[in-house]
Formats: sequence, structure tokens, C-alpha cells
Amino acid sequence: MFVLVVGGGKVGYYLAKELIENGHEVVVMEKDRTRAAQITDEIGSIVVAQDGCEGKYLGEAGCARADIVAAVTGDDEDNLVICQMAKHHFDVRRTIARVNNPKNEDLFRHLGVDEIISPTRMILGSIEQDIPVHELLHLAGLGSGELEIIEAHLQKGSPAIGRATADLSIPEGCSLFAIVRDGVATALRPETVLREGDKVIAIGRADCEAKLHEQLIGGVAPSAV
Amino acid sequence: MKIVIVGCGRVGAALAEGFDASGHQVVILDISTRAFDRLSSAFRGSAIRGDGTDEDVLRRAGADGADVFLAFTEGDNRNVMAAQLAVENLSAVKVIAKINDPVRAAAYADLGIATICRTSMLTDAVHEYLGLAGSGMPGVIAPTGGHHGGGEHEPALPAATGGLAGSPAGAGSPAGGSAAEA
Repeated sequence: MFVLVVGGGKVGYYLAKELIENGHEVVVMEKDRTRAAQITDEIGSIVVAQDGCEGKYLGEAGCARADIVAAVTGDDEDNLVICQMAKHHFDVRRTIARVNNPKNEDLFRHLGVDEIISPTRMILGSIEQDIPVHELLHLAGLGSGELEIIEAHLQKGSPAIGRATADLSIPEGCSLFAIVRDGVATALRPETVLREGDKVIAIGRADCEAKLHEQLIGGVAPSAV
Repeated sequence: MKIVIVGCGRVGAALAEGFDASGHQVVILDISTRAFDRLSSAFRGSAIRGDGTDEDVLRRAGADGADVFLAFTEGDNRNVMAAQLAVENLSAVKVIAKINDPVRAAAYADLGIATICRTSMLTDAVHEYLGLAGSGMPGVIAPTGGHHGGGEHEPALPAATGGLAGSPAGAGSPAGGSAAEA
């Protein structure tokens, strides 16, 4: 396959290297001459030292016969234009763009870029996985710290939804005492049936937390919070 | 009319002042506050520092629903992206992107964005002065193709505004002649 890689930064460089190792034909476009010379030294004469956003140079680099164009410069606007030019002016079948601002993903997709790679989004996704979203919120500590006031936000998937407070197995040394529903706080009665979106306020010993989590949030409590 | 200009260079600043003087609501953006030194003290519109290719910035600047959106920075691609954002996400009515690469200028006109190409305009102006044949490219290349998802492109400006007072007659029209600025 003939792949035209536009942008000779780290991503473009390693991409070209891997593709060549896998037996593909590759041309890299890099407008910075020093950088272009560097890549030429390391991989060989596969670099066109011109601006890949310029229609004329895209054509000279063989864009019209490329199977895939990968726009991997550090600038979103450049990557968008490279892909659009490749797609609409040179009839390239498949275009891939690196997107830095995750907000641009939809726009790029909408404007016809076939594949969108967002490093920011990937790292963000990875980080968010580590942040438990369904979490007990510590509101305050009482006394010398062994008692805590905790808020549990009941979200989809909580085993407490649809059940009366009395039916929950609340651990000893802990009590649920109030509920915030639609912004209104009321005392929690044994017969109160819990709903999605409720915030349940509990008071209890810190060591009850795991059990409380299991009853109100569901799943296993993240260790050592 | 609400007119948003991205890029406060010589052209952007001159346009902003002209529109402002003829009573339009003008918002001009630039990534450098120093660029706003080009605006005279009489300018009453808003000058906002920010990246015109960032949708959030444009929205905060009030670019949503602009009657006219001009992407006139020094970067062709920034202009292309800002213009497409304006069409797709901000429902701007008339959008022009300055694209100095003639190939890109023609290509984007095909994609539904009005473009203005300094390279071909200057070439034509020189040719005209020397009595040579011009390129035949209009000053502003009107969109020929539909924009993605844009539906009806190039809708007419609100009738009540009566067009752009003080701007060259041909600047906004599809067959605007070879050198609207000459």
C-alpha cells in the first residue's frame, strides 16, 4: 500500500518507520528542512521537504495515487486541510487525521475525515477510568474522626434503587438519616423507596464504608480512598 | 448586521473599522492583543483576544449566528477551519475564508466556502496593469459545491440591512469581477 504521511514529528517518523518495516510504500512530507534531512538520514530518501498543506506539493508527493493519507502534524487545522484536500481534490480513498483538541473530533468527522485519532481523548479516557465516578462523598468528619458524614449519589446500576430503606442491609454503627431529592432534603424513613438521582446522607463509622458502598452504589468499593 | 472577523491584520482591521463606521455590530478576534493596535481609537466594536479556530472561544465572543464571518488570519488552514466551524456549528450566514494558496482556494470553493485568494488577486492586478490576460478567477470565489450538512449554502443576507455599505460593490457577489479590492 502507498501511504502518504504528512508531518514528520515523532508520530510521523515512527509511523513511517513501522509502515516501511511492514513492507508498505511511504512518503513523508515535512516542511522543516532540518527535520526532513534528519528523517532522510535515518530512514532514507522518502521525505518531501515541503508543506503538505499546499495543494501543489501534495500533488508532487503523489497524493493522487495514495491509498491512505495520514495527517499527523501537531496542528489540527493543518490536519483537517490535508485530509480534505486529499479526499476532495485528489480522491484519496482513506484519510486519517490526528486531532489534538477533542472538541474538533465531531467537526472533522462531519467534514469527511475518515478516521480520527485523538491522543488527548485517549489519555483522558485512560485517566477517567481510574477516577471512580460512582463514589461515596465524604462530607465531614465527626469527633476525633472515627465517625463520618457521607453522601451517596444513587445512579443507574445502584442496587438500592426501587427498594425501601428498611430493606437495605445497612451495617451496624451506621445510619441513613436524610435524603436529598430534586434539591429538597427530607428525613429518611424506613418506608422511603429510593430512586435514581437521590442523594442519601449517612452517618457512620469509617469502617462501615465498604458495606455502605456495596448497598448504595453497588460493586466493590475502590480500595484505600 | 453582526460581523465577525478572525484575524486583526491590515485587512481585518481595515474591514472592521469600515463596518463599524457604517453602523454594524463588529467583533474582531486575534491571538495577539498587539494586533489590536491597528484599530483606531474610534473603533466601537469588540476586540477579543482568542483563537478563532476554537469553537468555545468563538461562542464566548458571540460569533454564533453571525450574518457575516470573515476568516482573515495569516494562516490559510486556520482560516479554512474557522470558516468551516462558522458554517457548520455557528450557523453563520455569509462566510469568507482568505486562502492564499490558489489550489486550496479553488478546492474549498468547491466544498462550499467562499474564498478569497491574495495570490491570484495580486497576479491578476499586475496582469491587468500590464495589459496581459488575467487568470479569470474572481476576487471572491463563491462556493460552487454544497457544504457538508450545510443544507442551503450561500443564503441571501437579511434584506433589511441593505447590503454592506461602503464595501466594494462586487465583493459579496459571486461574479465579483477580477479585482474587488483594486
